[in-house]
Amino acid sequence: MKKFDKDRMILGFAGPVLALVVAFALTTLVLLASGRNPFEPYRLMFEQASYADIQVLIINQAGTYYLAALAVAIGFRMNLFNIGVDGQYRLAAMMAALVGASVDLPGPLHILLIVIVAMLVGAFWAGIAGFLKTTRGVSEVVATIMLNSIATSLIAWLILPKNFGDQAAGSNNLTTGDIPESGWFPGVSLSAEAGEIYGFTFVAAGCGLVYWFVLNRTRFGFDLRATGASESAAQASGVDAKKMVLTSMLISGAVAGLAGMPTLLGDTHTYSLDFPTGIGFTGITIALLGRNNPLGIALSALLIAFLDKASSSLDQFGYEKEIATIMQGLIVISVVVSYELVRRYGTRRQQQKVGEELAAGHALTTEKEAAL
Amino acid sequence: MPPLLSGQGECVINASSSPPAVELHGITKRFPGVVANHDIGITVRKGTVHALVGENGAGKSTLMKILYGMQKPDEGTIAVDGEQVSFNNPGDAIARGIGMVHQHFMLADNFTVLENVVLGGEKLHGIGGAARRKIKEISDAYGLGVRPDALVEDLGVADRQRVEILKVLYRGARILILDEPTAVLVPQEVDALFANLRELKAEGLTVIFISHKLGEVLSVADEITVIRRGTTVGTADPANTTTKQLAELMVGSELPSPETRESTVTDVPMLRVQGLSLGATDPDGVVRDVLADVGFTIHKGEVLGIAGVEGNGQTELIEALVGMRTPDAGVLTLDGADISHAPTRKRREDGIGYIPEDRHRHGVLLEAPLWENRILGHVTEKPNSRGFLLDPKAARADTERIVREYDVRTPGIEVTAASLSGGNQQKLIVGREMSHHPKLLIAAHPTRGVDVGAQAQIWDQIRDARREGLAVLLISADLDELIGLSDTLRVMYRGKLVADADPATITPEELGSAMTGAAAGHLEAAPEDEAR
Repeated sequence: MKKFDKDRMILGFAGPVLALVVAFALTTLVLLASGRNPFEPYRLMFEQASYADIQVLIINQAGTYYLAALAVAIGFRMNLFNIGVDGQYRLAAMMAALVGASVDLPGPLHILLIVIVAMLVGAFWAGIAGFLKTTRGVSEVVATIMLNSIATSLIAWLILPKNFGDQAAGSNNLTTGDIPESGWFPGVSLSAEAGEIYGFTFVAAGCGLVYWFVLNRTRFGFDLRATGASESAAQASGVDAKKMVLTSMLISGAVAGLAGMPTLLGDTHTYSLDFPTGIGFTGITIALLGRNNPLGIALSALLIAFLDKASSSLDQFGYEKEIATIMQGLIVISVVVSYELVRRYGTRRQQQKVGEELAAGHALTTEKEAAL
Repeated sequence: MPPLLSGQGECVINASSSPPAVELHGITKRFPGVVANHDIGITVRKGTVHALVGENGAGKSTLMKILYGMQKPDEGTIAVDGEQVSFNNPGDAIARGIGMVHQHFMLADNFTVLENVVLGGEKLHGIGGAARRKIKEISDAYGLGVRPDALVEDLGVADRQRVEILKVLYRGARILILDEPTAVLVPQEVDALFANLRELKAEGLTVIFISHKLGEVLSVADEITVIRRGTTVGTADPANTTTKQLAELMVGSELPSPETRESTVTDVPMLRVQGLSLGATDPDGVVRDVLADVGFTIHKGEVLGIAGVEGNGQTELIEALVGMRTPDAGVLTLDGADISHAPTRKRREDGIGYIPEDRHRHGVLLEAPLWENRILGHVTEKPNSRGFLLDPKAARADTERIVREYDVRTPGIEVTAASLSGGNQQKLIVGREMSHHPKLLIAAHPTRGVDVGAQAQIWDQIRDARREGLAVLLISADLDELIGLSDTLRVMYRGKLVADADPATITPEELGSAMTGAAAGHLEAAPEDEAR
């Protein structure tokens, strides 16, 4: 039986590897077509990544991406496309920052409060889409896209100085006020020049473990996966599909709410106009590339974070840093294509192998044969 | 082996001097890792109906695809009318006068019969008056009764099949291959089809008839070839062969007798259905009753069979019982407890086992391994879980047990359900449902797409469980199965239970006429003198 497991492992890796190779090849073509040296940018990026401070940046960024991608992956496992992670984490981060700045609690409690607020807000925002889907049949894709833009407007309005925002003297930036130091999540400092790894990055890793455990080892996780694999079969098996849609949207939103926490608790300590945006969309790429597998997502998050952070200095050498963006886009396309190819190949191959094994008489012994 | 069955390779003595219509010799076809056909030899005489029987997966379809030019054999020769041929595609086969009527019809619904027939054959007789005349001519010659201007979507299944046959004849076929043509027909329609086949035969055409319904094969065929595990194992003369002998030849071993009619029915009601009604709005906005005041009781140890042409409310009835559909009205009582408003999971935990009619949609997760499929539907029950946690180890061990006890043919339990054949998927489902000792088993077409050996096994399992007090609701399109397995029979027509019958005396024909709405009430077996 080991044979089939090994096969599945190899095929599991074949998808992402194929996708990355194709994406790299296509990016090289793009570079060639624009008359650039097709290999120099890669060398520069790897050189960048060898500096400790860039490495810390990559890890911190990866932690944020990881949470966003987990949120997306929860939806994917259920066949739900939560495109709204972006709106969910921004609104959640802002609300959490507001609450965090307005109270003063002893350390751990303060952090806990901020995190819980973020999860609740994220869940609420995703829950709207879940509610619309279960009651009115509105596609969660459409609802979450719209909720993203509503979130943008809502944040812009809430952060106005006449509402909840602060404007520091002499600055154009609007913030939600500073969270007192008791609400800062301690980081891990490697060395003075390298900087700090956000403490929340480890929470993100913990979330990955919880994700794996819940999906693979609990009844709830089984129901969720079954619903994703075949809604009709899950329904026949006793899963309440509507309840499942709503629940998984809420969980996805709650995890999305966490995506802003590494930055908020570890770096900015306030929500401002220049708070990072677009992480939710990057999360979709990462979840896709990581095949919704917690380890795969972690590796993909690191890869994308590497592309982001290592490419930022390309400008200095006369290469556009958008090369990395092109590459990310190409990765998404090749991932979708290569996974489908590998999946079909895998199914065919397994059917064939099962046929072979049976023809060779390697079936598990049956009662009848055992009796002989 | 009974003497009347001549062994493989023996020469069939030909009465006429003309060469056989089709002669296959030493046909072998390998797919990577699997030999689908091995050294097959068949001789089909002109002007006969030649039946090809075998279990599902025995290699019948591959063989016919080879004869129809859809696949090339690795070894062996094909001769048509005594001439060696080699087909590269169906076009070559058609040019040689071979036509195929597929199991699944290939007609455009929104076209008329005429348009469907000429489609792709416009060069033969044009698309106007000449084509219409030709169609009438063929239809009259073989008694097909096809109306050229009827819309295909208005036609019933039997009529569509005749259009398919006409389509093939229109293209000049002299040898017709019919793939499982009776699978979709009720007994009366089968008789009509056989009458058509006899007409064709009388006109000198040759018919190759693929089936695994042995009774039908015996009634229509002039000669029978049996295929087992990809090779021809013998030929039989229908005049002096019984279905039992044929089945044994097909399976390769003796079959258990299906008739063990000792009643195990008790007077303890297990499921009581009262006033179950469900309305649905069709695309035209008309509300019609899908289930109209359906009521019945199944006792412990009783198998209640429901007969009916598909689409008369059986699917909805099952879904209402399992809890996947909310009826407008009605009370369901399982073992004394009202479950009318219980969710599906509760019902299944309370002892409803469910063998769904569409196993790919409702019975398995195709891309999940077998042991996860064993959990499906019973995730809250032992051995699959303890508390809120799954117990993959116990589930795996129990899956191995099911695979062993229910003879699921698989190299292991980590392979996906999609890599098993339909019959083996079904055995896994039956094993899973039976493992939880249900009080009530809802079995929809439990042996559909399952080979003869597995069929007998599934029946045995249902019978054994019945003896221990299981109540079974059986829905099946296979009337022999319904009559053979049921203690009580009901007929469903347009959402109503319109008739009941005693399976001990009823015949498939009588049941068939009630299924088309022609009879209602209590169906009495026809008096002896009328029937025989």
